[in-house]
Amino acid sequence: MAETAPKFLRPLSAPGADVGRAIGFGPDDALTLDCGRSLESWTCAYTTCGTLNAARSNAVLVCHALTGDQFVAGAHPVTGKPGWWPAMVGPGKPIDTDRFFVVCANVLGGCMGTSGPAEIDPATGEPYGLTFPLVTIRDMVRAQAKLLDALGIGKVLCVAGGSMGGMQALQWAALYPERVVSAMPIATAARHSAQNIAFHEVGRQAIMADPQWRGGRYQKDGTQPSKGLAVARMAAHITYLSEAALQRKFGRSLQDRAEISFAFAPDFQVESYLHHQGMSFVDRFDANSYLYITRAMDYFDLAADYGGVLAEAFRGIRTRFCIVSFTSDWLFPTIENKRIAHALSAAAATVSFVEIESDRGHDAFLLDEPEMFAALRGFLNAVAQSEGLE
Amino acid sequence: MTPLRPDLAAIAAMIPDGARVLDIGCGDGSLLEHLVATKKVDGRGLELSQPNVNACVARGLAVIQGDADADLHEYPSQVFDVAILSQTIQATRHPRTVLIELLRIGRRTVVSLPNFGHWNVRLHLGIHGRMPRTQALGHAWYETPNIHLCTIADFVALTRDAGATIERALALSASGRTYPMRADSWGPNLFAEGAIFLLRPVARF
Repeated sequence: MAETAPKFLRPLSAPGADVGRAIGFGPDDALTLDCGRSLESWTCAYTTCGTLNAARSNAVLVCHALTGDQFVAGAHPVTGKPGWWPAMVGPGKPIDTDRFFVVCANVLGGCMGTSGPAEIDPATGEPYGLTFPLVTIRDMVRAQAKLLDALGIGKVLCVAGGSMGGMQALQWAALYPERVVSAMPIATAARHSAQNIAFHEVGRQAIMADPQWRGGRYQKDGTQPSKGLAVARMAAHITYLSEAALQRKFGRSLQDRAEISFAFAPDFQVESYLHHQGMSFVDRFDANSYLYITRAMDYFDLAADYGGVLAEAFRGIRTRFCIVSFTSDWLFPTIENKRIAHALSAAAATVSFVEIESDRGHDAFLLDEPEMFAALRGFLNAVAQSEGLE
Repeated sequence: MTPLRPDLAAIAAMIPDGARVLDIGCGDGSLLEHLVATKKVDGRGLELSQPNVNACVARGLAVIQGDADADLHEYPSQVFDVAILSQTIQATRHPRTVLIELLRIGRRTVVSLPNFGHWNVRLHLGIHGRMPRTQALGHAWYETPNIHLCTIADFVALTRDAGATIERALALSASGRTYPMRADSWGPNLFAEGAIFLLRPVARF
């Protein structure tokens, strides 16, 4: 393995921002994937924040969601915008970078420097496209474990993440219980529901229906399935919000006009908001990556790996859990999160579960939610204290 | 840390150091926090009220939102040294089932409850002919969460029915002081505001 410079698909718009790091792994660290194939040579791009203490006992692994990346706290070098979880991670924040050493890696299959369909296949010298193997949440976690090995981190104080990041936190605890002191799975589920698979399929079909997608070979052909990817993002974005939040934000307000137009240009503010979400997403994300990562989430069913009994995934576990859900999250509703808490109780694990009152839907986990911060801060403090950290 | 309510302090005194404890209906977590701080217990809580749960977790306690009537069957048998049900059994829908579940989950079970046989309660109903409102039972009949009130004698009968052995029994006075009592004597059933029982299941698990 060797340290390399992280490579991005898109040009940097904030050249001053920290681009993070990347490690190239060779055949000695080949990844054997759930699909049966293996990656002999692969790259993991990541960022760190804070300082690893001498005992190497203060590492916190943050796992990102479907369209996130490794830029959790610092400015994003491609978009120039702040990291995706500024309210949670930073100096004095609940995941306090003055106390903890935060590691965040771009997931396997991603498009911000970690091996994925947009990367060059070392065997052919061309972009993988659809020849990249299908990856699972467990494969992503295996890749992160190799990254932590390379960084000399055995145990992590906490694995934290929301949505797909929460799936990774659960998978981490199930796969490497002895390496995970605590886990904070937020707004997540131990399996992707039929409704969520259905939404993902709409997004994938939108991408694949775009003529510019060209059977996944758009990089070679010099095209971009931007319209398909934007529609996928628009549809998905609705699921991240709530009816109440949309109503509060937009209602039936019209965009730049006093009357409806009797045409199909965006009349309503909510339409132009979605258009904006779709178009800005295309500027930073790869369409094939979107196919791969949504598929990884669809395949996630933790109990299925343990005879269909979720509690069996956590039998005898010493990891401490704090699970969080939001009242208005209909994508990963409270009942899915509570299922995890109950399975952990049945496994006699140490578990806390809080439901936060919020009308902001699934995206609430990314936003300023003081009650969530208070709970997670208290939880992480208690964990740090029991591990003898200052 | 604020001083513990006297009945909770009496419960705390029954818990061995380092025990694995499940506190059902743990409220704001005062008892759990005290047990973790002073007895180094491995403590978990189950609490119905979400604001209470969130407050507990912010204090670093392992508490989940749940319902004693619905969720106890999730817990494995005999993994907790002590299961605690403090001032909660009278508010459950199925007190007998809850008690049996507690005896299954915990090697020991502590139950505290208000005494509906107290003379003041009897006086309210017997003389005034009205549903009692006392210091321990302050709600009007139409809005009380205490839907299954019982006397000490009633509870003792239930423990026999559920197959539990009473290891210790304490009577609670109005001032919160506790006195050892004989579970089957008539005195505490008339004069105690409430009682605390330390129970052991018969060996059937």
